[in-house]
Amino acid sequence: MNEIFEIFSAVVGTFVLGAFSILFGLSVKGIDRKISARMQWRIGSPLRQPFRDVRKLLLKESVLPKNAVSWIYNSSPVISLASLLTILLFIPIGSIPALLGGSGDIIVVLYLLIIPSIAIIIGGYSSGSPFSSVGAQREMVLLISYELPLAMVIFTLAWRLNILYPSYSALSFETFQKFPIWNSVSFLGFIGAGIFLIVILLVTTAELAKVPFDIPEAETEIAEGVYVEYSGRNYAMFYLADAVKIVVLSAIIIAIFFPYNLSPLLSQYYPVAPWLGYTIDILFFMFKTIIIAIIAMTFLRTSLARLKIDQIVKVYWFHLFTASLIAMILIALDTMGVF
Amino acid sequence: MKIKKVFDKSLWVFHVNTGSCNGCDIEILAALTPRYDAERFGVHLVGTPRHADVLLVTGPVTRDMEEKLKRIYEQTPAPKVVIAVGTCGVSGGVFYESYNLVGPIDRVIPVDIYVPGCPPRPEAIIDAFVKAWLKLEKLRGEGGDDGGS
Ligand code: SF4
Repeated sequence: MNEIFEIFSAVVGTFVLGAFSILFGLSVKGIDRKISARMQWRIGSPLRQPFRDVRKLLLKESVLPKNAVSWIYNSSPVISLASLLTILLFIPIGSIPALLGGSGDIIVVLYLLIIPSIAIIIGGYSSGSPFSSVGAQREMVLLISYELPLAMVIFTLAWRLNILYPSYSALSFETFQKFPIWNSVSFLGFIGAGIFLIVILLVTTAELAKVPFDIPEAETEIAEGVYVEYSGRNYAMFYLADAVKIVVLSAIIIAIFFPYNLSPLLSQYYPVAPWLGYTIDILFFMFKTIIIAIIAMTFLRTSLARLKIDQIVKVYWFHLFTASLIAMILIALDTMGVF
Repeated sequence: MKIKKVFDKSLWVFHVNTGSCNGCDIEILAALTPRYDAERFGVHLVGTPRHADVLLVTGPVTRDMEEKLKRIYEQTPAPKVVIAVGTCGVSGGVFYESYNLVGPIDRVIPVDIYVPGCPPRPEAIIDAFVKAWLKLEKLRGEGGDDGGS
């Protein structure tokens, strides 16, 4: 009986989480567009514009190009969205623990994070257009550029926490949730974690493929690149995947760097009912997500121009790699107790 | 004019230049700049005809562009609307008798909305977007198909 209940709650939770992340992701996209418009002294589209766009895309015809490989072409948007929704099952939202969390879930999340990009690459190649092939190659370049700094950030911090608290499960968001990284390190480690935060914010921009790192879909050079042949329902799926990706990546940053909740603080002053506590924490989580999305996406994409491919590789493999290496050394010194 | 059941106020626009003098194209860009800000109405410039609801075609169609214009029209998924921007596209304008032209745009692809002017003002182009909403709304009511893709 208990097992059936567990399975049931996991299934319902998955649906609720999926609906929440899609709706919330689209709202974040709307906020992003509005702020970007205000930064350019425009009025900009209303906040519900992304919802209108998706509804319109669902009404449009889905064209299958003549020389596309139809089953790969049609399945890659679905794979992209599904893998992103799967990641959310491993990440704690507010004070609600992850649905499928446990030891080593960070490794699973890191692997699942690659799948949307792979789906885009395969979809781009299968559409049979020279523009999308070029876009897919660029997406590959982008993928191998940002993967290294991202892995360095997450594994270094997980290693540090594991040394401090060996009795808790290693490489798990739960440990990050219990012991916020800022409270667990001394001065040197604090600087290292700060550098890591900047690195992971820049990785987020590239992972979302936004300006200045939007080479795979550069619409002025290669006509939306990987998405050149996608239309109607298939493109709507990619649009939703992009919205969910914002939530997922922000949730990862929140889980690692800002796992703070409001309800424990409030309950010190007056008693908070459990349901109220959850609601407050979820609202606080949404607030943090929006802040991170604005910093990592809106500000950069409105104020900068697109970089060239070689410049992007240089940024990640040279500048950000060096920064991560320095932060790693700082955290290693912190572990050895130099200061 | 009352816009009640519009095409969800989300128009994605693809811009085709079929040999215009660039005057109309600059006015189209002006309609998207912060001063006129057509994005308020959900107008969004896209880079591929596959994402477009509206084709903004400028210029008299030169012989070189005839086939390409037809292909771009066919690549756009239904329901779609074509707006001819500028006197050149509407009637041929000053280039009417040139040996190098196929003729106005509606000799090559069906045009729904004509915006005359050399070049038309950005307000006129935004007005054409409003007319495109109504047209798309009507197409959707009829099953959302205007002659294949
Ligand atoms: S209508 Fe006038 S401005 Fe527009 S393309 Fe023709 S000549 Fe140029």
